Amino acid sequence: MKVIIIGNGIAGITAARFIRKQSSHDITVISGESKYFYSRTALMYIYMGHMKYEHTKPYEDWFWEKNRINLIHGWVGKINTSQKKVNLTNGDILEYDKLVIATGSHSNMFDWLGNDLNGVQGLYSLMDLEKLELNSKDTDSAVIVGGGLIGIELAEMLHSRKKKVTLLVREDGFFRNVFPKEESEIINRHIREHGIDLKLNTELKEIKGENDRVKSVITNSGEEILSQLVGITVGVHPNIDIIKDTDIETSKGVLVNEHLETNVKDVYAIGDCVELRKTPEGRKTIEPVWYVGSMMGKCVANNICGVKEVYNPGVWYNSAKFFDIEYQTYGNVPNEIGDGLSNVYWEHENGKKCIRIAYDAQSKEVKGFNLLGIRYRQNVCIKWIEQKLSIDQVLTELSKANFDPEFTPRYEDKLAGQKV
Amino acid sequence: MSESGFSLSISNPDTGGLNTTQKLGLTGVAIGLLAFLVAAFGPGTQQPLLFLLVGSTFLTVGGLVFSYQTYATKPKGIKNNHIMHQTLTNRGLWGWVLGIFLTGIYVLIYWFPQYLEHLIRVFDPLSYFLRGQQANQWFLYGTFYTGLVLVMGIRMIWKYRHSKYQIIRTSSVIFFQLGFAFLLPHIMVKLHQPEYYFSYFWPLDYDMFFPNTTTGMLNSGTLGIFMLAWGSLLFFIGTPILTYFYGKRWYCSWVCGCGGLANTAGDEFRHLSDKSLKAWKIERYMVYSVLVLITLITMLLWVNSYTEGAVFGSATQTLVSWYGFLIGAAFAGVIGVGFYPILGTRVWCRFGCPMAAYLGILQKYFSRFRITTNGGQCISCGNCSTYCEMGIDVRSYAQRGENIVRAACVGCGICSEVCPRGVLKLENGPAKGRTGTNPIVIEDGKVGLRN
Repeated sequence: MKVIIIGNGIAGITAARFIRKQSSHDITVISGESKYFYSRTALMYIYMGHMKYEHTKPYEDWFWEKNRINLIHGWVGKINTSQKKVNLTNGDILEYDKLVIATGSHSNMFDWLGNDLNGVQGLYSLMDLEKLELNSKDTDSAVIVGGGLIGIELAEMLHSRKKKVTLLVREDGFFRNVFPKEESEIINRHIREHGIDLKLNTELKEIKGENDRVKSVITNSGEEILSQLVGITVGVHPNIDIIKDTDIETSKGVLVNEHLETNVKDVYAIGDCVELRKTPEGRKTIEPVWYVGSMMGKCVANNICGVKEVYNPGVWYNSAKFFDIEYQTYGNVPNEIGDGLSNVYWEHENGKKCIRIAYDAQSKEVKGFNLLGIRYRQNVCIKWIEQKLSIDQVLTELSKANFDPEFTPRYEDKLAGQKV
Repeated sequence: MSESGFSLSISNPDTGGLNTTQKLGLTGVAIGLLAFLVAAFGPGTQQPLLFLLVGSTFLTVGGLVFSYQTYATKPKGIKNNHIMHQTLTNRGLWGWVLGIFLTGIYVLIYWFPQYLEHLIRVFDPLSYFLRGQQANQWFLYGTFYTGLVLVMGIRMIWKYRHSKYQIIRTSSVIFFQLGFAFLLPHIMVKLHQPEYYFSYFWPLDYDMFFPNTTTGMLNSGTLGIFMLAWGSLLFFIGTPILTYFYGKRWYCSWVCGCGGLANTAGDEFRHLSDKSLKAWKIERYMVYSVLVLITLITMLLWVNSYTEGAVFGSATQTLVSWYGFLIGAAFAGVIGVGFYPILGTRVWCRFGCPMAAYLGILQKYFSRFRITTNGGQCISCGNCSTYCEMGIDVRSYAQRGENIVRAACVGCGICSEVCPRGVLKLENGPAKGRTGTNPIVIEDGKVGLRN
């Protein structure tokens, strides 16, 4: 059986690896971005000089041939589902028995005046990083639009090259659409500590140019900020460019059922480009994160290899790092605690570490953890949430969750001391 | 874009240059080096104390000023910006210059000390003070070595000052180098006792169990017998017990001077170790061969000693000389440290050290130590593997959610520091079931996490 996977990100590659583990199918992975799988999450570290591109490849180059996974470095032009064929832009035509779409995301871009000028860009791919290198060369100051995970990464990247960085955030705090006020303020302070000009409650209104290159940015308050580079990091949307002209159903993303099957037989979709028809409990229909790509890759591999599986991602978790402050979250902690929820919160006096545990105000069942500057064990936290442990019990056993390095001061008793 | 040699960020990034304080620090370092250089041409013999004071003060203060400004004035956190952009740390021009220079220094110390005569004389005042006798090339070497561990150790502490583990570990390394590998042996000589290094024992101290050494110690009174007993105790009992409870790190990255230099002076070169599967294969062949070799040589020497040379004649002595030349000098010294900027910091520890081999076997099969992976949080970024000085592909375990139990791991803890998602933790726990398994499992039609 011939399996073609479009996209060599974490979703596509996980699918390929797990199909190989279970079968001797003919597997081909197509990507225009790079021949070999690399870790997209490490793009920032290449730019900052922590690693080179070669370090971001999780498998050595011989791995693919040894595991009989064919890699094609090229772009897909057209998919013909009735004839089960994929046309590459170089003219090659490939046949498949099963097709997996794992095309990832595109950066969001809105209709700002001047958004087509040179120096305006997002950060998602190797091509974006290459563009950033070119744009950085004659940049002294940069403006980044968007108070999310990529925005702060881009700020850190440009800051490492000694650029003057201004970060425009629409909300009244960084990541405020996810973070409660306190967490957001910890990161606001930290961003400023690093010398980034963080402008809250501020939106981009217009980008002004000179000779086709960005010259300045006008904010909604009318302020003009001189800059040669504008980073647009206002989220991503599923990349369905090559799906649009097919009979594969899409909405915002490629629509799939609980087996990750599209409406067309033998065509599956996984990862960022997916929109789930049915939302699993406590999750969203579109989840463009690494971990989802990995889980969907495994699930689709089973479905293709004949083990009918339901995609069930379980309790939500995610992590990030904001300059020097690590962030981990397990379960659901909304940005406004209310709606039948209550919480315990502790913050270190240095203002750089915090623990928040949300629980149901009535039943006392624990619902979620937010951690800044402190590491907790995923399996412990998720088990507690799944087992609906009460907040009292969680607080007495909290030290079991700690995953900080040896000798790191522990703060669990600070929380246990709080009245619930 | 092409795949081969493709490295995006090498396009002349603006790394920002140095500020005034950093320049002052570097000036101090340069003056210190110049002082020793001038001394080496002759003046060192005439005015040793002057050159010793000027050279060492400027080197130390300059180095500390530079390090303080570079690390301690910035917010706490990982400081790896531009490691891959600088020629010194990325096998570029300055990396090669330093590598060749260091290698040359080792060659001079080991085989041509006569060319260092005037420089050695500079260290006479200190040598008389500590040892009560004239300096030689080994005193010169030991002093520079310890000074480097001290200054660069303080730098290491500033660099990783967010981490208690790194602060305590680095302090331990400095303490053992300064006290046990430098001051104590010299003071013992001054007190007319045998020069003995309490933190070195067989098989790193490879001639400890040679018949000559052993009988020599037995014949040098109570202290000699105590030292032999101490060394034997550490090898046969201390090492297995400590390694069982804490892993090989208790020695390799808390006590050992080779590890001490690697984890202080060598910190900026740790990422240059080879992470390929091929390198791991070579490592296993080489490091265990050295352990077997020194065990064999020791046994043959005893056979020869009992039979009074009847069986092997002078052949065993030739073996010893070759071992001393190839392993003890060329590998441990010249390649081990000289090639820091080319092959990374732990080349000796990884490919050649018989002590590391012994500790590694214990760690792999009889230990409670492991690096634990935090569920499915790994994003395969590669920081852990890149910064592993022992060339372990940490990521290959972390991304599968597997614990890391590897003979090579010296437990320096840097993988856990550089991980941007807090996935790795050095832990001691029940030895059974140390190698954890994949946390993301598919059971009963559900994708989920294994508890």
